Amino acid sequence: MIEAENLVKDFGSIRAVDHISFELKKGDILGFLGPNGAGKSTTMKMITGFLQPTSGTARVGGHDIQKEPIEAKKLFGYLPENGPLYQEMTPLEFLGFIADMRGIKNRVDREKNLQRVMEICHLQGVRHQPIETLSKGFRQRVGMAHAILHDPECLIMDEPTDGLDPNQKQEVRRLIASMASDKAILLSTHILDEVESMCNRIIIIAEGSIIADETPEALRRRHPRYNAVELDLDHGDAQPIREALRQLEPVGDVIEENGKIIAVPKNREEIDALVFATASRENWPVAGMGRFQIRLEEVFWDLTQL
Amino acid sequence: MQPVITVFKREFMGYFRSPVAYVFLVVFLISTIGLSWFIGGFFDTDDASLARFYTFLPWVYLFLIPAVGMRLWAEEKRSGTWELLFTLPLSVWQAVFGKFLAGWAFISVGILLTVTMPLTVAYLGDPDWGPIFSGYLGGILMAGAFLSICSLTSSFTQNQVISFVLSVAVCLVLVLLGWSVFSDLMLAANFPVWLVDGLSNFSFITHFTPMVRGLIALRDVLFFVSLGAFCLFVNVLTLER
Repeated sequence: MIEAENLVKDFGSIRAVDHISFELKKGDILGFLGPNGAGKSTTMKMITGFLQPTSGTARVGGHDIQKEPIEAKKLFGYLPENGPLYQEMTPLEFLGFIADMRGIKNRVDREKNLQRVMEICHLQGVRHQPIETLSKGFRQRVGMAHAILHDPECLIMDEPTDGLDPNQKQEVRRLIASMASDKAILLSTHILDEVESMCNRIIIIAEGSIIADETPEALRRRHPRYNAVELDLDHGDAQPIREALRQLEPVGDVIEENGKIIAVPKNREEIDALVFATASRENWPVAGMGRFQIRLEEVFWDLTQL
Repeated sequence: MQPVITVFKREFMGYFRSPVAYVFLVVFLISTIGLSWFIGGFFDTDDASLARFYTFLPWVYLFLIPAVGMRLWAEEKRSGTWELLFTLPLSVWQAVFGKFLAGWAFISVGILLTVTMPLTVAYLGDPDWGPIFSGYLGGILMAGAFLSICSLTSSFTQNQVISFVLSVAVCLVLVLLGWSVFSDLMLAANFPVWLVDGLSNFSFITHFTPMVRGLIALRDVLFFVSLGAFCLFVNVLTLER
């Protein structure tokens, strides 16, 4: 549905985006991750046809955004960064304008679509208030409503949860997840929890280039402690247990951290069953046991510090 | 054509959603009518025509049309809404033309509201309606030309003040070139006559004056139309990054 092909953007002598290529299919929710200034927004602006690439191109639904901009733009909904809106209009007027722009002329269709997005985005209560008087959360939802008004096949969102409170963030995430099955969704963020909870694919970009393009699980696999097992001892000496763990064939390293013993597998394989069996056989005084929680932040940090 | 109409509608209604429209209309009416009444000595001429009213029109335009035009693109750029607009399925020329038409229509509303002037003249005397009509036509055409310049300069910047000052500066030159006082000054400074005449051909006043007198010449209409078309064309180019 969305294809980026060798996108390059130079601002003067600075190369903001350096040969970025990827492809997005229906059902994909792609999280675009990267430090600030990595080129996320610039890439999205080129895909949506707002910025002209220095070289390379993007296609939406097979339509080249440079050569057939109108056809391509019909197929996606776009929520720009900071959700710019015509402040003096009310949500109803604004969405009506977008409906006209999208060529939704039929009165019934128009009414139905307006009703649908206002319901999804909970805008009924504020539809007659000028947008400038609305809170940030409502404004973001107006932006969201405008992007999905024509029920597009592709949705491109630049930091959709930026500046929202935790409840609103949760709601926006739920909203996006609920639309996932029949759309291709591209969203950027710098909140890793968000990507983990919503996306089935992650692209990390740093200094304008893609440094990882994979599933959240594959990304987690990059962590040195992937599939490690954590043991919480009730009492007693940890030393002999650490020794015993080290003797196990698949275990590479055993670390003690914050009063817990962490057994790291050699080849990132699963060792839970083995460690559990050993612990019960040897009657270790174990109060708790579980997978070591991998935080994507740490993987992200490692990747982007290079 | 549909996108042009949609942009036009939003923009035109936009004037009335903010105080801009009311402030503009009130100031426009007071200044055009006030100037011809008090400075122009409307009564003293003892003449049932709008000549005094039209004389001041370019000067009022000089400040009030940039006030309408300065926000056309500068405001979109500042608030980021142009990103929204240009990722919707419409082309740049449709957006430029729609917004321009809206501004022009809005100013034309102001111009048509001065209808009290011809009505007053008709009540007091027996005016020749030809020049009154052609003057209004010229006034509206000239407003379009002014506004196209403002639309262009407004697309250079996201700062409305810069946009306003630039517009006034460019329009001032195009007004001054045809102002008799300015031409006399240039002649007195020993500029060759052909140069002064040539330059005055680029002035609003030069092409507006015949219309005030009741003469609708093709070359005058063409001047306003082609100036407007040229500015809007460059405007499209500046926005197509």
